[in-house]
Amino acid sequence: MTAVEAVKTVPMLGDEAVAEAVKDCDVDVVSAYPITPQTIIVEKLSEFVASGEFKGEFIPVESEHSAMSAALGASLTGARVFTATSSQGLALMHEMLYNVSGLRLPVVMAVANRALSAPLVLNADHGDMMGSRDSGWIQFYAENVEEIYDRTIQLFRLSEDPRVLLPSAINFEGFILSHDMEGVRLLDGEQIRKFVGRPKLEQRLDPENPKSFGALASPDNYYEFKMQQVEGMKAALGVFKEVEKEFHAFSGRRYGAVDAYNTDQANRIVVINGCASGTIRAAARVLNRGGDNVGVLAVKLYRPFPTDEVVEHLRDADSVVVMDRSVSFGAPSGPLAADVKSALKSAGLDTPVMSLVYGIGGRDFSIEDGKKVFAMSKDKGAYGTTFMYGVKN
Amino acid sequence: MYEPIKGLKELPTDEPLAPGHRLCAGCGAPIALRQILLAAPKDTVLANATGCMEVSTVIYPYSAWNRPWVHSAFENTAAVASGIESGFKALARRGEGKEHPVIAIGGDGGTYDIGFQALSGALERGHRFLYVCYDNEAYMNTGIQRSGGTPLGAWTTTTQVGPAEFGKRENKKDLMGIVVAHRVPYAATAAISHWRDLMIKVRKALAQDGPTFLHVLAPCTRGWRFEMAKTVKMAKLAVDTRFFPLYEVENGVYKITVPVPNPRPAEEYLKAQGRYAHLLQPQWAKQLETVKKEVDANYKRLERLAQFTSPIPAT
Repeated sequence: MTAVEAVKTVPMLGDEAVAEAVKDCDVDVVSAYPITPQTIIVEKLSEFVASGEFKGEFIPVESEHSAMSAALGASLTGARVFTATSSQGLALMHEMLYNVSGLRLPVVMAVANRALSAPLVLNADHGDMMGSRDSGWIQFYAENVEEIYDRTIQLFRLSEDPRVLLPSAINFEGFILSHDMEGVRLLDGEQIRKFVGRPKLEQRLDPENPKSFGALASPDNYYEFKMQQVEGMKAALGVFKEVEKEFHAFSGRRYGAVDAYNTDQANRIVVINGCASGTIRAAARVLNRGGDNVGVLAVKLYRPFPTDEVVEHLRDADSVVVMDRSVSFGAPSGPLAADVKSALKSAGLDTPVMSLVYGIGGRDFSIEDGKKVFAMSKDKGAYGTTFMYGVKN
Repeated sequence: MYEPIKGLKELPTDEPLAPGHRLCAGCGAPIALRQILLAAPKDTVLANATGCMEVSTVIYPYSAWNRPWVHSAFENTAAVASGIESGFKALARRGEGKEHPVIAIGGDGGTYDIGFQALSGALERGHRFLYVCYDNEAYMNTGIQRSGGTPLGAWTTTTQVGPAEFGKRENKKDLMGIVVAHRVPYAATAAISHWRDLMIKVRKALAQDGPTFLHVLAPCTRGWRFEMAKTVKMAKLAVDTRFFPLYEVENGVYKITVPVPNPRPAEEYLKAQGRYAHLLQPQWAKQLETVKKEVDANYKRLERLAQFTSPIPAT
């Protein structure tokens, strides 16, 4: 701990950690609709409304589409806005994700990742958020409950920064993290409020200075609007570093855009995001103790993609395995693998990359599985292809 | 309490919806919106659904609105308005600004059909806002396709007329009935031909501490097929023939605000519009009778509802 000791360590679920963070972030409006496995977030926030600990407006909307629409309206008043969803709910609000980012509104959202129907399944994969990958939202993936709590707090600062002004989402696997009880070192409410400050949205619905939002654009100017979003997303990479530095100063905790284990030495590296990062890291440690030399790069910040950092960590590797907890049907590789390949190639590197899909629909991924992945990574003939790891015949 | 309106002279001279927008000459919708906003406070904030009003008034880098205005999608305007209301409320509680009147604007497509769920949700949650449905009785923005608000027998590009078809087979959805079923404090119909009646209704609605609804008939010269100089007359004819009765429902009590004891013949309204031309041909005589019966039955039903001077019990 560098600066301030955490108030206390409290056991809580991933969902509860989100609600706990939102409570202390001076949020003005929460607009949300229940969906398994996100429900605990809205239930907990409703408890905070009842206890008087949350003083903002809670809008219990009739659908996720309305959740994001109400979030849009509320954010345009200059208020700080939060919502949470999962899977089908994220798919239903898909249209509005683009509207919120296009209007440059700093809405913060928690996504308890869950696979999409059909068939209906309640368990985790990243297919929901990957479906909204290009919606203009800043996207983080967490691997433990405390990280969910910390990121939620950081997101308000990052999104509301005038250089960024983009919505952001903290992703964590449904049930695996949303319902996982871990100790969270809660931070002091006053410190959190000081860190997040108050939102200062210049472009808002103000009767003193009436403006129109959501205009009809034309081929002559739509491109330029999008270019500004591209710039905002680019700026987010740098602003994120500042935000994390400040967060670290009062919390003593930081995660980075990527988390690297033994990447400077390893000859074979696995790149992954989400909660299986820890699992594969544990497998790597076991193998390295036995004389192997493998590494793990966990991608925490997925959009904007930290291309330079990813390249730096992979530069000296002989080969790279990228693990995706989602499928891009018909694509040459999983979405994360596509990004990693593109990053390596644009840096002039021809490192062999194996794309591996795993854990779809909540299929468990154990340390033993992690060891198997590293065993597969020795097979030079397997590079250049996409495997569906762990699928039954 | 609302402020009554006695004459034109007392209306504000400030222009809420400036000229230069790109709505069709003879369009009823901007007439409706001007009347509504002249009756509403100057600090009113607007949420507009996708539709004629939206697409023709804010074309980057121009805007016709002298009020804060937002458009985002077709089906969500009531939800956006509920967010705006909540945002202002939360900020006001912190001492950061004050609350402002919020008006949501949707066409019949955006209200009867695609925005129906969002409307119901926002009414049920009790947000303080006025929802205005400007009803031109079809998807006019995309080229005159039928909506849940298109009346029986009307031609549209998706209810074509031919030897086998007489236009829309179904009745206009009873939108007011559905809104009233939410037990909102105030709901009313209005027509651009009866500006004073309309403006009083806007003021009554905005004085309520809860969700309110205004259903305005906005004739469409292109879709209804009539001369562009006759828009307001067409609205008046709709009222005078009882096709569009003007009434209000205040805390569950119905009142016909513009009674039509001696209606003009339905044919006057029908023959004035190209969309109904076929109905006056002999082969559709039976369908014409059905249309007339529906209009008559609807008005008589309203007259009966208006006899109750206290809210009608649910059971």
